[in-house]
Amino acid sequence: MTLYAWALGLCLAAALVALLPTRAPAVLRPTGAPAAGGAVAERVRAATPTVGAITVVGGAVTAAAGALAAVAGVRAMLGHGWSAWLPDLLPLGGVRLALDPLGGLFTAVTGGVTVCAAIHGIGSGPARATRVVVPLFVAALLLVPAADGVGAFLFGWELMAMTSLLLVLAEHRERPSVRKAALWYAVMTHLGLVTILCGLCYLAAGAVGDGFDQLRVAELSPAARNVIFLTTLAGFAAKAGIVPLHVWLPRAYPAAPGHVSPLMSGAMVNMGVYGVVRVGLDLLRGGPVWWWWIVLALGALSALYGVLHAAMATDLKRLLGYSSTENMGLVLIGVGAAGFFAADGAGPLAALALTAALLHVVNHAAFKTLLFQAAGSVQRATGTRDLDALGGLRTRMPYTTALFAIGALCASALPPGNGFVSEWLLLQSLIHALPASGVAGAVTMPLAVGAIALTAGLAVATFVKAFGVGFLARPRGPGAERAAESPRTAIYGMALAAAACLFLALNPTLVLPALTEAVTEVIPAGRPVTGEVTLRLTTITGSISPILIALALAGAMVAVPALVGAVATRRVRRAARLWDCGAGPVSARMEYTATSFAEPLQRVFVDALQPESAIDVTAVKESAYLVRRVRFRARVPDRVERRLYEPVLAAAVRLGTGARRLADGSVHRYLSYGFYALTGVLIVLAVIS
Amino acid sequence: MVLQLLVVAAGAPLLVGLMRQIRARLEGRAGAGVRQPWRDLRKLVRKEAIAPHGTGWLFRAAPPLLAGTTLVVAAAVPLVTADSPLDGVADLFAVAALLALGSVALALGGLDTGTAFGGMGASREMTVLALVEPTILLAVFALSIRVGTTDLGAIVIATASSPLSLISPVSLLAAVALAVVTIAESGRIPVDNPSTHLELTMIHEAMILEYAGPDLALIEWASAMRLTVMLGLFAGLFAPFGIATAGAGPIALLVAVVAFAVKVALLGGVLAAGEVFMAKLRLFRIPELLAGSFLMALLAVAASFFLA
Repeated sequence: MTLYAWALGLCLAAALVALLPTRAPAVLRPTGAPAAGGAVAERVRAATPTVGAITVVGGAVTAAAGALAAVAGVRAMLGHGWSAWLPDLLPLGGVRLALDPLGGLFTAVTGGVTVCAAIHGIGSGPARATRVVVPLFVAALLLVPAADGVGAFLFGWELMAMTSLLLVLAEHRERPSVRKAALWYAVMTHLGLVTILCGLCYLAAGAVGDGFDQLRVAELSPAARNVIFLTTLAGFAAKAGIVPLHVWLPRAYPAAPGHVSPLMSGAMVNMGVYGVVRVGLDLLRGGPVWWWWIVLALGALSALYGVLHAAMATDLKRLLGYSSTENMGLVLIGVGAAGFFAADGAGPLAALALTAALLHVVNHAAFKTLLFQAAGSVQRATGTRDLDALGGLRTRMPYTTALFAIGALCASALPPGNGFVSEWLLLQSLIHALPASGVAGAVTMPLAVGAIALTAGLAVATFVKAFGVGFLARPRGPGAERAAESPRTAIYGMALAAAACLFLALNPTLVLPALTEAVTEVIPAGRPVTGEVTLRLTTITGSISPILIALALAGAMVAVPALVGAVATRRVRRAARLWDCGAGPVSARMEYTATSFAEPLQRVFVDALQPESAIDVTAVKESAYLVRRVRFRARVPDRVERRLYEPVLAAAVRLGTGARRLADGSVHRYLSYGFYALTGVLIVLAVIS
Repeated sequence: MVLQLLVVAAGAPLLVGLMRQIRARLEGRAGAGVRQPWRDLRKLVRKEAIAPHGTGWLFRAAPPLLAGTTLVVAAAVPLVTADSPLDGVADLFAVAALLALGSVALALGGLDTGTAFGGMGASREMTVLALVEPTILLAVFALSIRVGTTDLGAIVIATASSPLSLISPVSLLAAVALAVVTIAESGRIPVDNPSTHLELTMIHEAMILEYAGPDLALIEWASAMRLTVMLGLFAGLFAPFGIATAGAGPIALLVAVVAFAVKVALLGGVLAAGEVFMAKLRLFRIPELLAGSFLMALLAVAASFFLA
């Protein structure tokens, strides 16, 4: 409790610190220097990118808050939970806070992400507004999983939405596209808030109070429960970036500053999953099977749609954004399967599925924090996020490249990465569904496994593209040519996230017992996974040992070159030209780009993606047969956006332009509107009563 | 396990030699002999390694990583004995993922060169991999339902103890799906032609174009081992006869080695003979083939659910 309170307090302190005036970097300014020296200091600052002391202090305090929150979360998972009621803080119900194992898990993840992002943010010299809002955003993220009442939950949720919106908007002066992205984000997140608000208020109306304990025992009709579940699911899915409510995600991430997107992707989207688990499995205590079919189907759809678009994307952050949709889809498959099994009475399987889902939340937070930090570093160093213009960063940014490689390995769910462990658990839980579930399971589970399998394959291709095209080979653009390694704090932030990834990848058995506590809270069915070195499933036969696989791989990697070295007679490598077919030196224009890398896959999935291309041929003035310029444009539009959102937006615009005729500036007409409306209402009321 | 590793490591080039010899004889050529791949490897190892301009650590790390993943897979899969010390460490999912890791390493090595060839090979390899992966996982799913686990040793022992289950629709469908996948993963006709250097068609060869000397020897050796392991795995899953179980004596192990060699040689012979009579598919027809195998695997799973 005290740790958590300290974490919140430090967030506020960091925000206050950032409010202090910083005319010039304090390290350069002699104490008591007159303000007139500011101009000189300004020039010095422009020449040397020294970071101001206040930025350093603010970042350090935020990181400390994150570390405290992580410890508090882990303690809550290990059984040291607490609850508090502050009746005077908010009108009506007051603020109820409690940290149970489930909330503790999400608090701990948020804390960990915060530490990495805050350290990363120190070196990037963020704008003052960003420095103030980031700690507040972290505080909101900590508030949501600790809320123990509808009032506190909604307050934290809205604070989270508002602060993140401000952060998305932070760089609107530099890039005009940011404004549109922020508009999309604002609309989507607030529509989500409205549905969650309706659902939770409906739930609270049926109970004696707004505390979660009171909601758990509320007597509700099945129809009311259905309405509550579906409305809150819509809101939470919007936050988690689930198709078809994902449209804000690939826009908002690229718009946010470098160290904010890890916070959004690693910590904020998790809250959608938290909401589904908390409301669906905990407050409503499960429900009919069809609820979980919907969750499972949404998850499978998001996983496939997200990874397909990630495989096509050429913008690095957009790619990572779609990959978040994919991973949240995988998590929802696990949550859906857990609810499905629980409704079917197969407790141990349900516990296994939920364990897999929650472990994937943790793993995704770890590798996505790392990847988004690296993407932010790349953008700062090269000025572009376009993979088609990147490349050759291996020699220019060696640390960032190596760390991105770790993140990409984890994200593509290959051993020895951490994503592999959670996907393995997820597949195991789905594969063993047969005895428990009847025909419904026989139809659903193979399709879910097929979706996960296809996702896994495409994710590999996606991250080979992101890493191979973005970081290896030769630079494809001037930005990549001039790139230099990122500041030291950025590397520390990434290294911390990479260490977390490796720890999770090699020692999932150390994390799982604590995770099991969070699972047993909602599905009491014993521990689904045991083992120290080898991960063993308790109720079904299945085992795997990530650490031994990694050791065997490492051993083979040492033994094979040694063997070759022993046999080979010439040890020195000879530098040689690349094979250029004898046609002169290979230039960067001949390299494969991200677009060309993804082209075969685009052809395979042409029906699902429906790419667009246009060819403009400009002829010279004298003759139509002499071509001056040919311009080829291709893009892969978001089909959901095209089919679902654009018609709605167009209709709204038409309605707006149509309604404009009602307001022609005549005062008489406006007065008559008021008169007729009033009479109309009175008539209606008279008829009703 | 050591015996199994040695058998695979030493026998893999011989298998490739045998397949080339069969092809040569069927095409009316004399052929270079079964031991030719070993002679090639010896020649390559004696040459000097090349560091092409603009390549980095990933280019150098890819061949050992490919060979390393293949060795780990060869140790974990029940080829000669179902009682591997790595049993319980890696199941069928892990094996599939490790094989994919090897392909990824090679693709990154290809991309690292920055030539059009490297990128082209990597792009095509990843496309094939992305479509092969689901089929493998679904076929695994189908095979594991009967046994109740994805542990490879358990599947093999269960099949060996009840050979009649092999003629069930589940096994047959899964066998066809896995056969297509095996061909695709090991880069044989009709998916890829290992003996061509034509830009229009090549996948594997395009990725390794810049490698020379010991690096190339490692890649060739690892590719041969991958082929052997995959054929051995296929044989183990669908004809698990002769595989030694826990506590088997030296004679049983010897029998198992001979049985493994015969099975893999037979499968390799069939594959090589098939290649003579078949042309390579157009690159963009390959996804149709793989989609077909995916459908087979899905049918296998559905059949196993409804027949269980």
